[in-house]
Amino acid sequence: MDLDLAQFHSSFFEESFEALDGMEAALLGLDVGAPDPERVNSIFRVAHSIKGGAGMFGFKDVASFTHTLETLLDELRSGRMAVTRDISDKLLLSVDVMRAMLTSVQRKEPVDMQKVADLQFDLEMIVAQGAGGTAAPAAPATAPATAAAASSAPAAATAPAAQPAVGNGAAATGANGGSNAARWAIEFRALPELLLRGNDPIAIFSSLAELGKLTVVANMQAVPRLRSIDAERCYLTWTLDLESDCARDQVDAAFEWAAVDCELTIKRVEAGASSAPSAVAPAAVVEAPVVAAPPVPVAAAPQVVEAAPKSVEAAVASPAPAAASASTAPAAAAPSPKPADAKEPAKAAGGGEHSSIRVSIEKIDELINTVGELVITQAMLSELGRKLDGSVAEQFRSGLNQLERNMRELQESVMRVRMLPISFTFSRFPRMVRDLAQRLGKQIELKMTGEQTELDKTVLEKIGDPLVHLVRNSIDHGIEAPDVRVKAGKSPTGIVHLDACHRGGHIAVEIRDDGNGLDKSRILAKARSRGLVGQNDVLTDEQVHELIFMPGFSTAEKTTDVSGRGVGMDVVRRNVKELGGKIEIASELGKGSRFIITLPLTLAIVDGQSVSVGSETYIVPLTSIVESLQLQPQSVNRLSGRGEVFSFRGDYLPIVRLHELFGIEPRATALHEGLIVVAEGDGRRIGLFVDELLGQQQVVIKSMEANYGPVDGVAGATILGDGSVALILDLSGLIRVAAGTARAA
Amino acid sequence: MTNDSIKSGLQQVLTFVLGSETYGVDILRVQEIRGWSSVTKIPHAPAHVLGVLNLRGSIVPIVDMRMQFNLERAEYTAVTVIIVLSVQSRKGKRDFGVVVDGVSDVVNVDDSQVKAAPDLGSREATEHIRGLMPVADRMVVLLDIDKLIAGQLPNTSDSEDQAPAAAAA
Repeated sequence: MDLDLAQFHSSFFEESFEALDGMEAALLGLDVGAPDPERVNSIFRVAHSIKGGAGMFGFKDVASFTHTLETLLDELRSGRMAVTRDISDKLLLSVDVMRAMLTSVQRKEPVDMQKVADLQFDLEMIVAQGAGGTAAPAAPATAPATAAAASSAPAAATAPAAQPAVGNGAAATGANGGSNAARWAIEFRALPELLLRGNDPIAIFSSLAELGKLTVVANMQAVPRLRSIDAERCYLTWTLDLESDCARDQVDAAFEWAAVDCELTIKRVEAGASSAPSAVAPAAVVEAPVVAAPPVPVAAAPQVVEAAPKSVEAAVASPAPAAASASTAPAAAAPSPKPADAKEPAKAAGGGEHSSIRVSIEKIDELINTVGELVITQAMLSELGRKLDGSVAEQFRSGLNQLERNMRELQESVMRVRMLPISFTFSRFPRMVRDLAQRLGKQIELKMTGEQTELDKTVLEKIGDPLVHLVRNSIDHGIEAPDVRVKAGKSPTGIVHLDACHRGGHIAVEIRDDGNGLDKSRILAKARSRGLVGQNDVLTDEQVHELIFMPGFSTAEKTTDVSGRGVGMDVVRRNVKELGGKIEIASELGKGSRFIITLPLTLAIVDGQSVSVGSETYIVPLTSIVESLQLQPQSVNRLSGRGEVFSFRGDYLPIVRLHELFGIEPRATALHEGLIVVAEGDGRRIGLFVDELLGQQQVVIKSMEANYGPVDGVAGATILGDGSVALILDLSGLIRVAAGTARAA
Repeated sequence: MTNDSIKSGLQQVLTFVLGSETYGVDILRVQEIRGWSSVTKIPHAPAHVLGVLNLRGSIVPIVDMRMQFNLERAEYTAVTVIIVLSVQSRKGKRDFGVVVDGVSDVVNVDDSQVKAAPDLGSREATEHIRGLMPVADRMVVLLDIDKLIAGQLPNTSDSEDQAPAAAAA
């Protein structure tokens, strides 16, 4: 039976996470005071179906918590309780807690019961107070409250034990190597905002664990008493010991996104100091409070955790009747939750308003490949059809035309399967902005437009982190505090605008704020003091903006407390570049900034210009092309008898003859017989000499390296309509090769 | 893989003709046999790597076996054959095509029939040969295609042969 159910686990988790996203969005849109009943209903349904699923699969803690949540939501739904700001905050917290629980259950890790018990208690309190407030018999209402209070006590005692269990688990797997490999001693002191900013220490640790043996010891000295814990703050610091020969860069990379939100010291402990790990561990023991006697046998921890939900569950059982008795007759008939009823929610989840199926990416890619093949075959048939004579030829050709049309539609639909609306990435922002604004005491309104703009799933996944970073920067450094804004004559509420749109075969994502903008004089002063810019150099705005992308520049600003952007901007730009995109800045002091990210729609297709040289066809990516022109013989100059240059908009550009570079017999050798394609790569421009331009088309990029290997100056290959292969040029590589050849000659 | 098939005793070998010699490759490695069609040249490739072809959507390099074995070049005609083989390299499975004069037969080979290649003085001359075996009245050279191709593709060798592809055509 267990085995049978296990195969449904992953879809339960996926559906639940999706449902939680929906619940979060609905909560954010919930008007305090006058909630839309349909919205409350949809929130209720999420809790209900998660509870049902969790009950069916035996995830008791999840089921228990959602039961409490459902009880509260039922009160709200029936209108017996009003939605207050506090309640909606708590409900949002519940979403986080459920996400965390489901993630832990999914990874088969112990659930952090402290947060859960804490919040569950709060929810019960709200229900109890609400029930008491609506003239219900006082006795049943207080009973569950005390029961809950009693239950939270053991939970409180066990919870801290559950937390170090994570650390100890890692310690158990990673420790005691005792070998002579080099070590890294890392002190990771997270600022309280670490979690709020979307950083996950566990993720950092697991990426470190990939580098070598990792020992993690958590120091919980700063953890306050349970009642005063803010679930969103991070109270822990960690001492990590990484046994690995890896480079400093690799260790740094793990903390890349978190670096701003923590104090980090990374020290290299030389090889041979094998006593290091044991030396680190006891130190932590001394620091840690009573509970943390670290090497709690790992096996013991889950038991403790298991004990907690039971007691909590016992407490939860009582509020339900309390709610029922408090309500009037018709309400009692309304869905009084039955934990055993597992099938009904499953059905509800299946029959939701989005009807979709899950398909693995491999299957889709296979489909895309096959369709690509079909297109080529169809092109070959059309070619043949044109050569046919006779009475049936006309019919044959009209059939082929229809085939071609259908083919094109098929190809477009298949490509669209991989595309997802950018709202998948945008959806995390309302919550983040709300929380950060609250934390920083700023008033911020988030506007989002173009959420339905579609782009490739791979691109979508990779653009998330950079966007989070930019939005965070806008809120943190861009938008001023309300009083400052009022003084500057602006509305106290700052606006952060996220916008996505198609722009000529690309996606442009813009993050715009009406904050203070970049302070160019300060950036410049900083750069001068660090010797990045000469004292008397005059820089354009663009060049000044460029400075904030320099690695390390930002952190220096941060420590000197100069307000300004640029925290980790180099990472943002690198991420964007890896996707074949670019990032631009426009900013005006006092008025705000705009960050514009331009991305390709997909990584699999490139817009190209076909050029021919001799009998070969090459594809030049349109993004690299500046202009194409024909040269007159007299406009070409020779440099010291060798390199040819020509004048282009005030610059002298070298001419690179593609046929010479690639060793092909060309049709045209005289420059005026062929064409010059002015192209750029790595910021350098060249005039690429080719025989002729053929046409522009979108081509599917195929790897040369899969079966062959990397080729200098070639980014990949593609298959043309006639089934033959054309190479796609890589301008950066090409310019490098050309420069090398020129030197050699 | 080749070692495994040797152990198993009996295997099938696809034989092909190159000049006056007959060669054989393990039939399980053969992906496809197709007629000659013109290839797209790869810049800066070694001379015997003719270029790349589209094989059902993937880009496959084509190697001329005659040049590989220092035989005189033959014209590519409609009857010239490309055998597409898959090899195990350090970077995983790769497909590549070899141009041969013609495909002859599929023969069953018992390991006991396979004789080691005699020492010809240089290791390079024989390292890609798994053995020799008589079929009818001819000698078939069994090739170890993993070794054969290991030295051919970029990143698998440090071949300095940067002769332009144009010289090959």
